[in-house]
Amino acid sequence: MLEIKNLNKSYQMGDSSLHVLKGIDLHADSGEMVAIMGSSGSGKSTLLNIIGILDEADSGDYVLDGVEIKNLNEKKAANYRNQFLGFVFQSFNLINYKNAMENVALPLYYQGLKRKERQEKAMFHLEKVGLADWAKHLPSELSGGQKQRVAIARALASQPKLLLADEPTGALDTATSHDIMQFLQQLNDEGKTILLVTHEEDIAKMCKRIVRLRDGIIIEDEYIKQVRL
Amino acid sequence: MFDLDLWREIFQSISKNKLRTLLSGGTVIFAIMLFAILFGLANGLQNTFNEGMGGDAENTMFINSGRTSKAGSGNQADRKIQFDNELLSTLKNEFKDDIEFITARVNKNVTASYKGEKNNYSLRAVNPDHQFIEKSELISGRFINQRDLNLSTKVIVIGRLVKEDLFKTSKVLGEYIALNNIQYKVVGVYQDIGDDNEERIIYMPLTTAQRIYGNNDFIDQINLTYNLDMGLDNAIALGNKIEDRIKKIFNIEKSDQRAVRLDNRASDASQINQFNSVLAILVLIIGLGTLIAGIVGISNIMIFIVKERTKEIGIRKALGARPSSIQAIILIESVLITSISGYVGLLLGIGILEAYGPSLDKYFITDPSVSTFLVAMATVALIIAGFIAAYVPAQRASRIKPIIALRDE
Repeated sequence: MLEIKNLNKSYQMGDSSLHVLKGIDLHADSGEMVAIMGSSGSGKSTLLNIIGILDEADSGDYVLDGVEIKNLNEKKAANYRNQFLGFVFQSFNLINYKNAMENVALPLYYQGLKRKERQEKAMFHLEKVGLADWAKHLPSELSGGQKQRVAIARALASQPKLLLADEPTGALDTATSHDIMQFLQQLNDEGKTILLVTHEEDIAKMCKRIVRLRDGIIIEDEYIKQVRL
Repeated sequence: MFDLDLWREIFQSISKNKLRTLLSGGTVIFAIMLFAILFGLANGLQNTFNEGMGGDAENTMFINSGRTSKAGSGNQADRKIQFDNELLSTLKNEFKDDIEFITARVNKNVTASYKGEKNNYSLRAVNPDHQFIEKSELISGRFINQRDLNLSTKVIVIGRLVKEDLFKTSKVLGEYIALNNIQYKVVGVYQDIGDDNEERIIYMPLTTAQRIYGNNDFIDQINLTYNLDMGLDNAIALGNKIEDRIKKIFNIEKSDQRAVRLDNRASDASQINQFNSVLAILVLIIGLGTLIAGIVGISNIMIFIVKERTKEIGIRKALGARPSSIQAIILIESVLITSISGYVGLLLGIGILEAYGPSLDKYFITDPSVSTFLVAMATVALIIAGFIAAYVPAQRASRIKPIIALRDE
């Protein structure tokens, strides 16, 4: 599913350059639920961005579902993001003037689906996250947990191979966090591959595998006993 | 290809961000409204000047005689200059390449009576060419012709208002009207678009008037039109040449301003043309300026919009939006706002012109208006302007990196 070899990435900070990822090797199979952990500045978000084709590595190989991700132009990158990946962000990143259903339907619009088909699929996924009744509500009318559910429904709508979650519970209280994590576990049970970045130990323990980063290298990579919710 | 979904996206973005739309639209509305009003007023000013030319052919020259103001060639000052038939034929022959039409005029006042109806009118005795110089349009019958002149026939051509005054019936042609107790046969009725007074004039053959009212070959005034293709500068030169020639014939000092007066429409026209072209250039400059100001304004707002929507654009890109689709959203939104609000501004401007135009007569502005052609041109210009205004912002938007846009602030 995911094959990363000797991945390097540095950022230019004025005169000095900041080496963020120093040779990352990572392999993930289909159906895994991986937590990437590390303190801030460890490079975990950069890694997730490169996996999400939002950013490009300086060197190293990255193969996603058998497709090599390298030297993509913007258009190709957009197509791959649309086909392969679903994003869930800490701050939800819903479009504020679109209602829940329209937000979920947006990736389908970029897939070129017809309006009716988009709406049907969007409603299906909203139902899946339990928010069918809230379809016509704007994000500002939803609670944090509901917003994240809409975001998850949106990430699922394009039926991605890989779900990427960047601190999905970072802006939520404990009860809502567990709620969201439970739902992600359920998705994983259905076979969805999930990659999750977090700095919270208890959230990481709800995944099946923890990859720990420090200063741009993987210091630990272990399969754990998943804490079920 | 028409993409309904793209338009839906754009309409949603416009209608959900009313203030933003209003701000960008407002500047364009105002700019175009001002331009339309300005253009209309300039048009009105031009109309006033053109109207001042009256209903005569625009290439006319009038030549009048007076008394000499200077002594010379053995003559004393204050000598009366009298034009005659010989002068007319001299001018006709010597300037035949440059002159289109030429006619003499003898002016009299007459009392006309027909079956008990009686009224005073101006009488003009003329050559056949007069019809084309004065732009008289015949409603019925014919104008004075060369045969009338040769035979000094007692025929007249009357104006539309003369006919309405004197005739109760519709039959006019072939009837006889008495002018100062001499009977003349009516052979034609004419109208003149220029003004009503021109329709209260009675025309008769030059030779007839000369025989009946003085038994001489005197002429009061000579009117002529020059060939239009010679251009204004040559026409002004021609006027001077004719004036010099007449002064030579009558032994008038060249510097004498009063003995011969040549009124050349070409000099007026050249002044008005100059004025009009200066006005046109001014309007063009101001118009272009307004348009450029509008483009800069919209461009500014679009840059702001792109900045404001950076995060949204980042989200869209993360969800798989191609750069071209981001570009299209910004471009079409700008074109839409610019052209619609520009059109509203244009309508407002035209509306204001329509509403207040008629009351501007006293400020030398006649019928201020904007032509359909200009409206069409402006619409096209606005669409192009909207495109130009949004081009750079759209490029910038399409290059936004999703990772930067999505970074939490």
